[in-house]
Amino acid sequence: MKQTLIKGGRVLDPETGIDGVMDILIERGRIAEIGNEKSKIQNPKSKIIDASGKLITPGLIDIHTHLREPGHEYKETVESGCLAAAHGGFTAICCMPNTEPVNDNQSVTDYILRKANMAAGVRVYPVGAISRGLRGESLAEYGEMKAAGVVAVSDDGNPVMNAQLMRRALEYAKGFGLLVISHCEDRNLTANGAMNEGVTATRLGLAGIPNAAETVMVARDIALCELTDAPLHIAHVSAEGSVRLIRDAKARGLQLTAETAPHYFSLTEEAVMSYDTNAKVHPPLRTDRDRDAVRQGLRDGTIDVIASDHAPHSSVEKDLEFDAAANGLIGMETSLPLSLKLVEMGLLSLKDLIAKMSTNPARIVKLNYVGLKRGNPADLTIIDLEKKFTVDANTFCSKSRNTPFNGWELKGKAVMTVVGGKIVFDDR
Amino acid sequence: MKIEKKDILDIESLPAEEIELILDTADSLKEISTRPIKKVPTLRGKTIVHFFHESSTRTRTSFEIAAKRLSADTVSISASTSSIVKGETLADTVRNLEAMNPDAIIIRHSAAGAPHMLARLVRSSVINAGDGMHAHPTQALLDMMTVREKKGRLHGLRVAIIGDIAHSRVARSNTVGFLKMGAHVILAGPPTMIPQGIEVLGAPVTYYVEEAIKNADVIIMLRIQKERQQPFLFPSEREYASYYGLTTENLSAARDDVLIMHPGPINRGVEIAPEVADGPYSVILDQVANGVAIRMALLYLLLGGPR
Repeated sequence: MKQTLIKGGRVLDPETGIDGVMDILIERGRIAEIGNEKSKIQNPKSKIIDASGKLITPGLIDIHTHLREPGHEYKETVESGCLAAAHGGFTAICCMPNTEPVNDNQSVTDYILRKANMAAGVRVYPVGAISRGLRGESLAEYGEMKAAGVVAVSDDGNPVMNAQLMRRALEYAKGFGLLVISHCEDRNLTANGAMNEGVTATRLGLAGIPNAAETVMVARDIALCELTDAPLHIAHVSAEGSVRLIRDAKARGLQLTAETAPHYFSLTEEAVMSYDTNAKVHPPLRTDRDRDAVRQGLRDGTIDVIASDHAPHSSVEKDLEFDAAANGLIGMETSLPLSLKLVEMGLLSLKDLIAKMSTNPARIVKLNYVGLKRGNPADLTIIDLEKKFTVDANTFCSKSRNTPFNGWELKGKAVMTVVGGKIVFDDR
Repeated sequence: MKIEKKDILDIESLPAEEIELILDTADSLKEISTRPIKKVPTLRGKTIVHFFHESSTRTRTSFEIAAKRLSADTVSISASTSSIVKGETLADTVRNLEAMNPDAIIIRHSAAGAPHMLARLVRSSVINAGDGMHAHPTQALLDMMTVREKKGRLHGLRVAIIGDIAHSRVARSNTVGFLKMGAHVILAGPPTMIPQGIEVLGAPVTYYVEEAIKNADVIIMLRIQKERQQPFLFPSEREYASYYGLTTENLSAARDDVLIMHPGPINRGVEIAPEVADGPYSVILDQVANGVAIRMALLYLLLGGPR
């Protein structure tokens, strides 16, 4: 029987509460045993992976990525995206439906999953569209998409401007046990804005996007979540006011979860100062105050998940005037190291961080395996917390290079990614 | 004397001494435009490309005349006659222009930051002739030249800038420029046209035009920019004119020797009453005349002079 034994690493699993040096025995792609060295897990025939000095966590999960296939394969494919994910330590990712054609029906979902199977790397869980064609006019077919494999619905990239449609989406999705992920933005308030509204935009002469463009929609969606009693997940929280609204709503017991992305707790609007289009993203990078509020939201549990919002664009979309450049930056290969800074800053315990990057997202999109439990698929990430490196976009597995973090000195990164017992990335 | 800079992109990056130098140089070059033969050989053999990606009458003509009076060879490109209409990106257009080895590229563009992007891509000097809502450094310089010429100084003067501050690159560049030269600047307009955080530039803001006009030495009226307007900024030109326009009535609160300026083109009867625009305090056409001198000075300081 084919067995793999991962020996001597510090196993940290927020789900089971395990934190200590343990061995993990993998059998037929599943976790067979977890125990300390004195336990019975000794099998001379197994393949041995020495993880001493490393951290072993349940596989990291990024529930917000854009893989661009079908339609924009020159930016990213399912395969290149999966490779980038594996290199970033992710064993599973969710991909947003704003492809071309849009993933608003089962044939597109099927296509993405077929590509993911061929890539044979990390697990891909597609997110279907809330509305047909992301047009915000009519519901997409949630039942069929769910049967085909979507784990949630979202019009991400676009807000659902029509409140009645959003209400019906929440209700209808509830009938299939599907999560609704909301891109909170009032397009009328965004107008032609290109960056955060405020001092920097005024200095640069760029049209601003106020915080209220996000927070009025967060407020609306919280009201609709309450009205429909359906689960709602708020994507890419960036504004202080949103954190406050979500905190209050959670205190009232709503079925509400929220995520933010590393750029919102790592950067501010200052990153745009030289008209750097790699820092052009939606929602926009905001002020110190917002960044601190997002950090605080992570700390107190208001924000459940860190997701990259990996949004690949080529130089065709980015090497342009700031106003004309596309929104978005890539993040799967920098997400973990940037997030580990929160631990170094004392804002999060390592356990809480791993919860936000693995077990919380797994529970939110209702994966049927969470944490390193016996019998669960052997999805795990081995992390070298001490490894120092310089971000070099040219070495990324992603097809795109649009990162504002190029040249950053970071510490801590994934050195091995294991999916279903199979090593999909090994850089020990 | 020469400016040790490749580009003129905004007023922020010009120290007060350089502004002083540019104004002095413009004062001395102004006389050339009054000669019967309005041409000096200073920039003979230099090539200047005027790349106007947004419509312009005043600025474009002014730059071209300035270059020609200094004997430079000029080429003019507008968005509608360039490969932009064939889908070429700004970066590619500019790389191609650069390959023809011009000495300076003068750019006007509707996108803020476009001249900065261009300046990073080319070896030639880049002069910003207005980028989106960001900056219009040559306008600010010619405005400062005009005021200094009429008042003998900039320091200590009270300068009111009134109107659509939010959409105005002229307001931004003038605020920074006049403050740098020691003037007091006050900004006025309806709250819908005051951009977030503008106070950080160092000029107080009022929503009452009368307050800005009171005791002003200089009043710069801004154009209602119909092409850049977002909806809902004000209900009608009629109401705008009566609350935010400059008229003979509200002008009486200003100092007796007030200067009325406007970067043009003016909307007569909206932000400025015709009798004010054409009245005794108006120096609007002096601004235009000085524009040529300022642009000659910049070209001379960037491209000419003793090596």
